Amino acid sequence: MSTETLNSAADLRAFLHGLPGVDQVGAEERAARLASRSIKTTAKAAAIDLAISMVDLTTLEGADTAGKVRALCAKAARPDPSDASVPKVAAVCVYSDMVEVAVTSLAGTGIGVASVATAFPSGRAPLEAKLADTRAAVAAGAAEIDMVIDRGAFLAGDYGKVFEEIVAVKDACGSAHLKVILETGELATLDHVRRASWLAMRAGADFIKTSTGKISPAATLPVTLVMLEAVRDYRTATGRQVGVKPAGGIRTTKDAIKYLVLVNETAGPDWLTPDWFRLGASSVLNDLLMQRRKLATGVYSGPDYFTLD
Amino acid sequence: MSERLAVRKTYKLFIGGAFPRSESGRSYVVTDAKGRFIANASQASRKDARDAVVAARKAFAGWSGRTAYNRGQILYRVAEMLEGRRDQFTTELRQTGLTKPQANAEVDAAIDRWVWYAGWADKISAVAGAANPVSGPFFNFSTPEPTGVVAVIAPDSPLLGLVSVVAPAIVSGNTTVVVASEPAPLPAITLAEVLATSDLPAGVINVLTGHRAEITPWLASHMDVNAIDLTGAPTGHVHDLEEKAAENLKRVLRPQDADWTAEPGTARMTAFLETKTVWHPVGV
Repeated sequence: MSTETLNSAADLRAFLHGLPGVDQVGAEERAARLASRSIKTTAKAAAIDLAISMVDLTTLEGADTAGKVRALCAKAARPDPSDASVPKVAAVCVYSDMVEVAVTSLAGTGIGVASVATAFPSGRAPLEAKLADTRAAVAAGAAEIDMVIDRGAFLAGDYGKVFEEIVAVKDACGSAHLKVILETGELATLDHVRRASWLAMRAGADFIKTSTGKISPAATLPVTLVMLEAVRDYRTATGRQVGVKPAGGIRTTKDAIKYLVLVNETAGPDWLTPDWFRLGASSVLNDLLMQRRKLATGVYSGPDYFTLD
Repeated sequence: MSERLAVRKTYKLFIGGAFPRSESGRSYVVTDAKGRFIANASQASRKDARDAVVAARKAFAGWSGRTAYNRGQILYRVAEMLEGRRDQFTTELRQTGLTKPQANAEVDAAIDRWVWYAGWADKISAVAGAANPVSGPFFNFSTPEPTGVVAVIAPDSPLLGLVSVVAPAIVSGNTTVVVASEPAPLPAITLAEVLATSDLPAGVINVLTGHRAEITPWLASHMDVNAIDLTGAPTGHVHDLEEKAAENLKRVLRPQDADWTAEPGTARMTAFLETKTVWHPVGV
């Protein structure tokens, strides 16, 4: 179900190209300025817990096994087995064939299962295959679907095709939330990021997500800044709120807190909840836990005291 | 013609193969034996110590995974580079109050000490390991393995003492975070410049300069540090540091009166080794 119907590809093209251009130097400077904020003591403790509750704990490897997914689910529900006060994460993100395992493992925890779909990560497959992938994930119990856009079509200027695909996948999702991955590392410019954000939101995305994590660069602060501006402006224009999820390349607590500052200063505190902002990552969780323990015990911790994945 | 302006050197930290300033932005004044200004050195904070431990941990798998022969070759290479910096070391030692012949002798001794330890790289396992006789049809071998990340609080003997505590820690495959002498940190940073241009992988030796009483408790309590050498620990702090180190059962080398010119023996190498014993059936 799309939020609006597309009158013609030409209209969409005119709209996207009518969006104001992004001042790249300005965006980079603004992101760097916000990243220099110092967050300490109680504010830091609160930020760490908030960041943990926003993590989409992810495993997207060809070598994933049911056992690994179960281990990840156990960690999602109880990130630090020795400390029950650590909040649980927002969701577990897996490939569509692992959804069933994850759903079973997470039963009763209140943690959602997100599944990547639509020929992740490249998106190079016929539409029918993408839709079948999506339906299978939803049928297996995925509460959230992370789809990839067709970057080839987007860069070639075929916005109509990208739009129609998102609409079709949104339709196949049913009640599941749809996150649309823009793969900003392949979009080359911030102007493209802004256009792709608006395109995805107009086609019905519940979330816009930076990257698959398979391409470098993955999430960066300037890209996330542009996307946060887009969701803010979109809500002002239409009244509908869309979430944002940077994914990939977020490895340290410092990185995570930089993103939280960026959200607060760009989109505003309305987005500062796991319902509207997520961090797609896996390794960052251990760093968050280590920092949390450092605040609790007063001594630096080490990776030996936390699970590997 | 006007007099040429002096180009003063900024002494920085050495972490992960790079020369960053202290994250705290602080520095302290280093003076010569007569109290005259020589240079500003970085005053490391606990976060620099944390970063150094991360760098050392990252380097551990690669360094300990190299063959002993290769580690030895790299240490010889460091000695060659030390030889090329002889004049600079001599100057820095003279600033600490040594006469020219004394400084020369100390540089000689330091380089010789480094070469001596380099030679041990592929020999220590034969000396510290064993083929154990057991009452069964088994080969039984004990082999020494490096302990991990070693925090080294260097003594105030700025070059010979420094080399004498750092070389034995790394020769067996450990990686180190070294807290340099507080009154005379400059030779440690010059040594770091030597290391950066030799083939030693980044992070194997990390050098911090600053107030020892401030940095050392963070290293002693750090859960990802496996051993600590308290040789240069500030007097009166040793007991507290040992107590902190006990939290994760670090190996602790207590300070002892050392004559750095004497034959060192293997004690400093074996202090940071673990023993792994393997049983293997005979005839398989």
